[in-house]
Amino acid sequence: MKGINSISNLETLRESIQQQRDSAKMLIRICNTGCRARKSAKVIDALEDEIEKQGLGNKVTIKKTGCHGFCEMGPIMVIEPGNIFYCCVTPGDVVDILSETLVQGNVVERLLWRDPETKELVICEKDIPFYKKQKKHISYNSGKIDPTDIEDYIAADGYSTLCKALSAMTPAEIVETVVASGLRGRGGGGFPTGLKWRICSAAPSDIKYVIANGDEGDPGAFMDRSLMEGDPHRIIEGMIIAAFAIGASRGFLYVREEYPIAIEHLSIAIQKAEEYGLLGNNIMGTGFDFNITINKGAGAFVCGEETALIISIEGKSGTPRSRPPYPAFEGLWGKPTIINNVETFGNIPQIILKGADWYSNIGTVGSKGTKIFSLVGKVRNTGLVEVEMGTTLREIIFDIGGGIRKDKRFKAVQTGGPSGGCIPISKIDMPVDYDSLKEAGAIMGSGGMIVMDETSCMVDIARYFLNFLLFESCGKCVPCREGLKQMHYILTNICEGKGERGDIEALTELGHFMISTSLCGLGATAPNPVLSTLRYFHDEYVAHIYDKKCPAGVCKNLFEYMIDETLCNGCTLCKVKCPEKAISGEKKKPHRIDTAKCIKCGICYNLCKRKAVIVI
Amino acid sequence: MNIEKVDRILEEHEYKHSAIISIMQDVQGIENYLPEDTLRYISEKLELNLTRIFDIATFYKTFSLTPRGRHTIRVCCGTACHLGGASQNLEQMKRTLHIKEGEATDDSMFSLETVNCLGTCALAPVVMIDEDYHDAVSPSKIEKILSSYHSESKRL
Repeated sequence: MKGINSISNLETLRESIQQQRDSAKMLIRICNTGCRARKSAKVIDALEDEIEKQGLGNKVTIKKTGCHGFCEMGPIMVIEPGNIFYCCVTPGDVVDILSETLVQGNVVERLLWRDPETKELVICEKDIPFYKKQKKHISYNSGKIDPTDIEDYIAADGYSTLCKALSAMTPAEIVETVVASGLRGRGGGGFPTGLKWRICSAAPSDIKYVIANGDEGDPGAFMDRSLMEGDPHRIIEGMIIAAFAIGASRGFLYVREEYPIAIEHLSIAIQKAEEYGLLGNNIMGTGFDFNITINKGAGAFVCGEETALIISIEGKSGTPRSRPPYPAFEGLWGKPTIINNVETFGNIPQIILKGADWYSNIGTVGSKGTKIFSLVGKVRNTGLVEVEMGTTLREIIFDIGGGIRKDKRFKAVQTGGPSGGCIPISKIDMPVDYDSLKEAGAIMGSGGMIVMDETSCMVDIARYFLNFLLFESCGKCVPCREGLKQMHYILTNICEGKGERGDIEALTELGHFMISTSLCGLGATAPNPVLSTLRYFHDEYVAHIYDKKCPAGVCKNLFEYMIDETLCNGCTLCKVKCPEKAISGEKKKPHRIDTAKCIKCGICYNLCKRKAVIVI
Repeated sequence: MNIEKVDRILEEHEYKHSAIISIMQDVQGIENYLPEDTLRYISEKLELNLTRIFDIATFYKTFSLTPRGRHTIRVCCGTACHLGGASQNLEQMKRTLHIKEGEATDDSMFSLETVNCLGTCALAPVVMIDEDYHDAVSPSKIEKILSSYHSESKRL
């Protein structure tokens, strides 16, 4: 049944979909988005072939879902009933999964997750510590539904909020509900979403626009990607509700070109929603019109900034402009526009459905709801985690993330991408919310959380972010363009062993100058990675500048590789693999590195199983 | 580039100036880069100043004004990949292929690019070659990864 032409029609459709679902069948939910990078498509092919070969089609359904979150363990598969969690699945495991689990009802032990501490095997997804402390509200459907199947979303109560909004609420009531919920923008700035909507709905204009910002440019962050890939209808539903609230009839979804699966899933979702009468003209027979177009980003980080993004949609180079006027008054083609992050739109359906009171009870005083973080870097369990605002860094990194890899020491966690900062161990019990992070010299940003250990050099990280921003600065305003160049020059010198007295002071002065004078958020937050590392890791700067040493062994001019003769057993592996023939030694006798020839590519350091290659 | 194909792209975008970025993306989707004569043709057809097209082509990182190799290597330089040794991987790529970023090999087999973040941070460091993701890459693995594309091309 298609072409829903009344509110009650959707409910009838929902009931019929739910009845059609064959609950007697076994269900295999396998990630077909994030895990594709781990060849999950091959596992799916093998599954489908084997099911056909064994004639099991009437016993099992395969559901190709979005991200389950625990990317470290991909490809991930969950089998229902039983909530059996299989990880690192390969095509070769498929026969055993079908014969053991599906036919016999046994678990395949080698595919279960093993707790690295207790060495115990865990069968159910819900019992794995990585998932236990999470609170999945926005990412609830991801990993459960097939994002390319609109009926799956509808069966999971999808678009019921839209029904409520269109049939039982006035636009003003929707706006005030979002205001009362306390929702703040998930893109980085943390501006109250409801206030933005209120300003835009009051702006006098017959044409208004809604833009969803899916230009997730922060390196090390992929929450938006996962949400767009795994639950695209949630974002679309949020956008339609926003459009109704402010009186817009056109919307744009701006998505990075680097996310082909997200673009594919969103395109399918838009097309299906139009077919079903949930998007387009006369939505569900209510007379309300709203159309969405997808714009592909073309690889410019600055386009994540709202005014730059708007200019990019207009078909120009995305350089920011000064505000005010804010886009809520004068946005796309000069018309009032609300522009929110895709995760912000993802929050809208539950707020409208369950009410502002329900939502504002989750989180902390200044930061409501849950937030998805991408937990990556030197942490054991990398992946996506959704937690209540106010959860501490320790809970996220150690309880959910399982602590630091290879039993190294935690050094810092970087939040907020190039606009954020590095938070040291002394702040590990800090609750994660907008205000605490800001106080600590970082920002919430879009939710990237990059964990660093003793082998990460904090000066190098600061230089890395500045190098990134140097290339991404649009060059329009002088403080950002020139400030970044100078700060990067100083940091590069420091990393190359050419640091001088006065460098730290110059960095600090330039940083504060840029914060107060840059045109847009890019320049005004660019010094954060430098200032926060200067604040917490001052001694590392001192070691680089005065001792000409990089304690972490990252900055090439400030360390040497050496072979510890007491550990080397002369296996010759490093000698064979050294591209510069810089390693000499006889078989079964300790080897040596000729430092004059060594280019510090790190091959020997990474290859040596006995950890005999050391940094000095 | 075939004029008919360009016309089709322009038609799909209704000759709108605001769609210029999408038009250029579509051209690059077919040609793998932006040929100068095609850009001149688009400029005439849309009555859009060529300097604006050039501005866009050089502002956005995705566009290339020079032909790319048969296989595009994209070394992810996102934060998680950087921590995992992306710059060492990039150095090794350069040494192995004898080219710099933004260049193509003499035999037009590979072109080497960097990308800010591929959004596969949990699998860092990542190198993407065409549509394939290679996770947990280290300098010692690079030769083997590249050789698989060499042998693949020979088979074709």
